[in-house]
Amino acid sequence: MSTTDTDNAVHKDSSQIRQKEMLADHYGKLANSPETGAKCVYTFVPGNLTELVRSFDLLPVLPEINALQSAMRGKTGAYINHAEKLGHSEDVCTYVKADVGMLKNGNIGPTGEHLPDPDLLLLSYTGCFTFMKWFEILKQEYDCPVVMLHTPYQGDGEITDSMRDYVVKQLKEKVIPALEKVSGKSYDEDRLKEMLGHSAVAEDDLVAVLQSAKHKPSPIDAYFGGVYYIGPMFTAFRGTEEAVGYYKALRAEVEERMALGLGPVTPDGKTTAEKYRIVVEGPPNWTDFRTFWRMFSDEGAVSVASTYTKVGGTYDFGFRHDPARPLESLAEYCMGCYTNLNLPSRVDMLCNYIEEYQADGLLINSVKSCNSFSAGQLMILREVENRTGVPGGFIESDLVDPRYFSAANIKNRLESYFQMIEQKRSSPALGAMG
Amino acid sequence: MTAAAVSTLISRAEELVRDDKLASVQAWKDRTGGLAMGFMPVYAPRELLAAQGVLPVGIVGNGDLEIIRGDAFFQSYICHIPRSTIEMGLNGSLDCLDGMIFPATCDVIRNLSGMWKMRFPDKLSRYLDVPQDFNHEIGGSFYRMELESLSDELTSRGARPYDKDALREAIAEYNVQRGLIRELYALRRDQPWKIPTAELYWILRACLLLPVDEQIQWLTEFRDTALADDERKPMDQARVLLTGSFCEQPPIGLIKTLERSGCYIVDDDLCQVHRWIPQDISTEGDPLDALVTAFLDDGVASPIRYIDKEPKGEALVRRVAESKAEGVLFCAPSFCDPALLDQPMAVAAIEKANIPWTGFKYSENNGQFQVIREQAGTFADSIKLWSEA
Repeated sequence: MSTTDTDNAVHKDSSQIRQKEMLADHYGKLANSPETGAKCVYTFVPGNLTELVRSFDLLPVLPEINALQSAMRGKTGAYINHAEKLGHSEDVCTYVKADVGMLKNGNIGPTGEHLPDPDLLLLSYTGCFTFMKWFEILKQEYDCPVVMLHTPYQGDGEITDSMRDYVVKQLKEKVIPALEKVSGKSYDEDRLKEMLGHSAVAEDDLVAVLQSAKHKPSPIDAYFGGVYYIGPMFTAFRGTEEAVGYYKALRAEVEERMALGLGPVTPDGKTTAEKYRIVVEGPPNWTDFRTFWRMFSDEGAVSVASTYTKVGGTYDFGFRHDPARPLESLAEYCMGCYTNLNLPSRVDMLCNYIEEYQADGLLINSVKSCNSFSAGQLMILREVENRTGVPGGFIESDLVDPRYFSAANIKNRLESYFQMIEQKRSSPALGAMG
Repeated sequence: MTAAAVSTLISRAEELVRDDKLASVQAWKDRTGGLAMGFMPVYAPRELLAAQGVLPVGIVGNGDLEIIRGDAFFQSYICHIPRSTIEMGLNGSLDCLDGMIFPATCDVIRNLSGMWKMRFPDKLSRYLDVPQDFNHEIGGSFYRMELESLSDELTSRGARPYDKDALREAIAEYNVQRGLIRELYALRRDQPWKIPTAELYWILRACLLLPVDEQIQWLTEFRDTALADDERKPMDQARVLLTGSFCEQPPIGLIKTLERSGCYIVDDDLCQVHRWIPQDISTEGDPLDALVTAFLDDGVASPIRYIDKEPKGEALVRRVAESKAEGVLFCAPSFCDPALLDQPMAVAAIEKANIPWTGFKYSENNGQFQVIREQAGTFADSIKLWSEA
């Protein structure tokens, strides 16, 4: 069921090993693209159009993923410094600065190989203002076309016909022609439908994996594990048979853990007895990812649901890509990503998680870099506390800037937070007062 | 006319702007029975609101306000305008408003719209999405639906129903206002000693709170009194373009500091709603289409707008030439994503055109300007002493 990567002593389940192989293959294709002639499209995780991109035999490249991978390899401190020396403000998103720094240092990807320049920048402008500026910045660096897909925000917590029509029109009249031009291939709707069918199958399995955390003990960690090996595969491989196979295998693996009464696997290879069931809001810190995860696992804290794993889609609330309505379905997908939801919808989602997953608390990791998440989190915290009665915790760090991860402070806060949960359990009156 | 006449007008403007409780807005409501809708920077379709008998009220935070509860809503690394705005909402300053419009500006303003919905459920809280696709059939159709939806919401809250003729009249009236602002900016460009930015700024801020007919009166009076003041003489100052201050507004002390340090501000993006669409909007044909067309085709090249028709920064270089500025001051609020993410691209364009520049950040509640004074003063000196001109 599992093994250990002896190189760096990180414990991995078979799904994680499979993930590593798939990613290595993907990055290998990118690295070999000058020889093979394969073309690539840079785009973003939220509102990604992976099936559409792949239906043209184009390879997606996701700058956020590159940035976080660079952070996990300890590269982003230097990259960010480099970008700041070039004039990028210390106040802005560190994903952007890490990406700029990576570009200026040879554009070496996670596998240590050179990433090709983009043949197209597909600006899926979904749920994050910074995306627009990010690709404007990249446009200065690369001699390639840019196509904008503006996804309207769910300001009133709903998707209207006008919003859907707007996105579909952009897909038909802007995005698809741009993909046709760069690939030299015509739009093949049957192929897209077939890929969307694959997506829907994988989405069922993904949701089953995510919802396995309702079981006690949870067989997964829906935050650290969620962003480490459960969710990311979806973005790059959605619509492929490999993704279907991956999620089928992952689901079987998780169901086996559940049947055996096992908790989540951690990079340290141990499964600590589940003491605290936590819902986590906000992105993780990537520079000290393993240290951060260990602060939870050492205390027996398991994340049973998280929001960051929903920036790539909110499948657990019923959305599925629909081959019968390919472009409409893609439009609804883009608009349904977590960061495209308004704050009342986010609060509803978190309260739902607290209740459905029988969580002991809500923890917010507020990152300096990401206003799309961070602005309003303090209010979210109070609102969820008021509505559910569970205690909230609040820590601060950053996505990929190592200067903003203070391990001692965060550990101290987390320990206090877990003690608070413990105290509430032993004093029901405190819970009632909360 | 004398200096006293300008001074009196500016004092009136200052009094209006500093009135935390928006008494002038309440007085307008009592007088007309109309609704008043706040709107955040940077853009709002004021013509549509006015046509439905609604007073558009520009809310740009409040740097003078002591923040008591607002800081509990925002982390330290988020700009200041949302915390002073929510403070005003919580302390009752905005009670006279029937709702707020949050235009698509950045993630902070966007999320503030949701906070407003939760905190003030009885008020209209409207996120106004604006297209980043500027094709008339695509982005235009979407924006028209947004405007129609906003109009319906206003009507459901008691505003007059949408009427084409009323909108046409409102557009014509705002065209007069736009014309006066263009005239004032041209006057300042040509005779910056006649139209100091510190004064113009007070007038622009006051106009955010006034119905358009009163704005026209104020702008006219300011133009006439400032021009008639013979005591205003030119000084040997550096001509600079101020950019980056389109959302959270700088404290007046900062503007005065820049002028005292030896800079004539000859172009800026302060209170940008007044100049978001710089030219007149057509009063021919369907007026709602005219609003849409103006937004798509004539909106300024702002950092909050996707630029794909020309290289980034080119519009800024053009403005420098048009305003005959000798240098650029990048003056952005701390933690302002649109301004600060845009800045390296704008700087690249400015440097390519061999235009001197310097940059600093502010917060709307800054009270100390000595460092900025020294920086701007040195910059002005360097232009006057060593520029090729």
